Amino acid sequence: MHRFVTHTHKGIAALAKIIVVTSGKGGVGKTTTSASISTGLARRGHKTVVIDFDVGLRNLDLIMNCERRVVYDFVNVIQGEASLNQALIRDKRVDTLYILPASQTREKEALTKEGVEAVINELSETFDYIVCDSPAGIEHGAQMALYYADEAIVVTNPEVSSVRDSDRILGILQSKSRRAEMGQDPVKEHLLLTRYNPERVEKGEMLSVGDVEEILAIPLLGVIPESQVVLNASNQGTPVILEGDSDAGQAYEDAVARLLGEEREHRFMTAQKKGFFSRMFKG
Amino acid sequence: MSFLDYFRSKKTNTANIAKERLQIIVAHERGHRDQPDYLPQLQQELLAVIRKYVQIDDDMVQVEVDRNDRCSVLELNVTLPEH
Ligand SMILES: Nc1ncnc2c1ncn2[C@@H]1O[C@H](COP(=O)(O)OP(=O)(O)OP(=O)(O)O)[C@@H](O)[C@H]1O
Ligand SMILES: [Mg+2]
Repeated sequence: MHRFVTHTHKGIAALAKIIVVTSGKGGVGKTTTSASISTGLARRGHKTVVIDFDVGLRNLDLIMNCERRVVYDFVNVIQGEASLNQALIRDKRVDTLYILPASQTREKEALTKEGVEAVINELSETFDYIVCDSPAGIEHGAQMALYYADEAIVVTNPEVSSVRDSDRILGILQSKSRRAEMGQDPVKEHLLLTRYNPERVEKGEMLSVGDVEEILAIPLLGVIPESQVVLNASNQGTPVILEGDSDAGQAYEDAVARLLGEEREHRFMTAQKKGFFSRMFKG
Repeated sequence: MSFLDYFRSKKTNTANIAKERLQIIVAHERGHRDQPDYLPQLQQELLAVIRKYVQIDDDMVQVEVDRNDRCSVLELNVTLPEH
């Protein structure tokens, strides 16, 4: 496993892998994914922090069930109004997991390159993984979220506009990330296909995993099925990966394992075989 | 093939249409992805110069940069109006 070495202002060579969860298009499942991937990494004993880059539209706190514990935020830290320790929220379920919430009141421009770098460098000293939950779009906020990334999880829905926007964001990763600008090894790209409905794929109504892989041409990290469990989990502030009995939860668990280099066969990609009666009545 | 599948297969496969459309647009957009930032400005200025001599529409000037290992080629295509 290759790791990125950051030399901080204190001269310490710290090891943290920076992963951005991005998509271009809005509402495809970035925050859902950030919550589950960071929880999954932390549950495996890796000290993990998940940062909400969606300044002005904070939501990760709700999905992680810590909205009432937010005192200081990312922008407060950047502007020197609070220390990182004051702003970080420790997860109540997994003790190696921390959340850095976004500011609800500031503008996206409050995230300066220097400010973000300083925070990431400081986090790199003590964390193994830094997961960055990107806002939608390809503007400043999204560019800040991906700038320092070593790896990118490109969240895509099997739908035309989402696939096209994912390709746009891949172009930005390849030209505007720090790794691209510095001429280093490129950001490692992963495709995460979410809200997948195998029944509709079999009916020819939805792009298949193979179709999307062929168009985007990046390695597949996982397929998360469309699942009612996701809404139920977010209602309660539980990252869906903790719903271990659910298909979506297991699919996220597989994705975390693959991210860490394990080989896992892809699941939940074919329609459930229906019995005679349900076939008769559903058509 | 069951009775129901027979009717189903008569419906258009919209996923195939989506795939074909995506392949075309994504290939097109990738082609423009690596173009330098100054290109639109350059195109406008070239247009202004050419217009001193011939009246042409905005889309009559195509400017592209083709990069390969050894060199970059600035490709300029100007379509002149018929007279
Ligand atoms: N696998 C899934 N099955 C069903 N619903 C899902 C799934 N993944 C995400 N959703 C739902 O999609 C909606 C958007 O999800 P989420 O907030 O994670 O997207 P986002 O990409 O972070 O959005 P934004 O661009 O606004 O930040 C939510 O209502 C979520 O519950
Ligand atoms: Mg979000």
